[in-house]
Amino acid sequence: MKSRALPPFQVVFDEHAQSVLTFLTGSVGSSEAEDCFQETMLSALRAYPRLGDASNLRGWLFTIARRKAIDAHRARARRPLPVADPDPGSALAALPEMDEALWDQVRGLPLKQRRAVVLRFAGDRSYSEIAASMSTTQDSARQSVHEGLKKLRRELQ
Amino acid sequence: MTVNQAMADRFRERAEARGLVDVAVTTMDSPIGTLLLMATSKGVVRIAFESENRDEVLGEVSMHLSPRILEAPRRLDPLRRELERYFAGGLRDFDVPIDWSLTGDFARKVLRRTARIPYGAVASYGQVAVGVGTPRGARAVGNALGSNPIPVVVPCHRVVRTGGAIGGYGGGLHRKQWLLALEAG
Repeated sequence: MKSRALPPFQVVFDEHAQSVLTFLTGSVGSSEAEDCFQETMLSALRAYPRLGDASNLRGWLFTIARRKAIDAHRARARRPLPVADPDPGSALAALPEMDEALWDQVRGLPLKQRRAVVLRFAGDRSYSEIAASMSTTQDSARQSVHEGLKKLRRELQ
Repeated sequence: MTVNQAMADRFRERAEARGLVDVAVTTMDSPIGTLLLMATSKGVVRIAFESENRDEVLGEVSMHLSPRILEAPRRLDPLRRELERYFAGGLRDFDVPIDWSLTGDFARKVLRRTARIPYGAVASYGQVAVGVGTPRGARAVGNALGSNPIPVVVPCHRVVRTGGAIGGYGGGLHRKQWLLALEAG
């Protein structure tokens, strides 16, 4: 039996680019988000013909995006001087429902909680998707979101 | 941040620069309806009329060639310009390179033979069959023409029935009639 054709990459891009960019804006900040986004999409395009299973393209893209975000964090940690975000406002443009103070607090969360919170609210992911993306259990994903939110609530009071 | 046109353009440029766009795709308006145009690095590989299901066409190309299909209008500019001149009556022979990857050996032979029928002329299915060395293969020739992945540029519309009947056309008979009338001047 013939395998089902993968959709043209253009369709994958059109359907998922925005949520990938929103996720990356949340995890690396607006000044580095586009670079990470471009790297994510190019890596995805390069690997795409070898992808055997097209049933979870979104999860696959988010896995690549997460790796690119981690690379960006490591690169930033190696830099001698902290660089201020030249455009802290643009991240908020995509997320009008989040105010600036809250967004700053999200970025201050420990990595696991931040990732879970961003996936849940900026990426609009289900707990099972978050668990898959973070290679953990659903309970643990839920716990990370819960703890992240609790911390945010405490800090914003 | 929003994925805007500039960001999508930068992605496409980088993808092209790294040789990751296996199939470029775009659409153009024409007197016989919107055309879906596709090219690989070798040449024009597929032209589809709007009567064909776009997703199915893209799915076939994805399966048989590559799913690395991106909208990249620039690669298709030479073809678009030739088609525009052809539809305006100003171009008789297409020069754009062709990628025959979507055709089998026999169909390719038939289509290459068909491409030699001059502008404004017609040949019968039987004549093309003789031309490819299978005098009794008129029906097989008809099938091969029906599967022409690059209509208009490979002029399968110039093959008609003996006796003057127009024969069939994958893109719909009214399109075949329109093309023949254009070429009749």
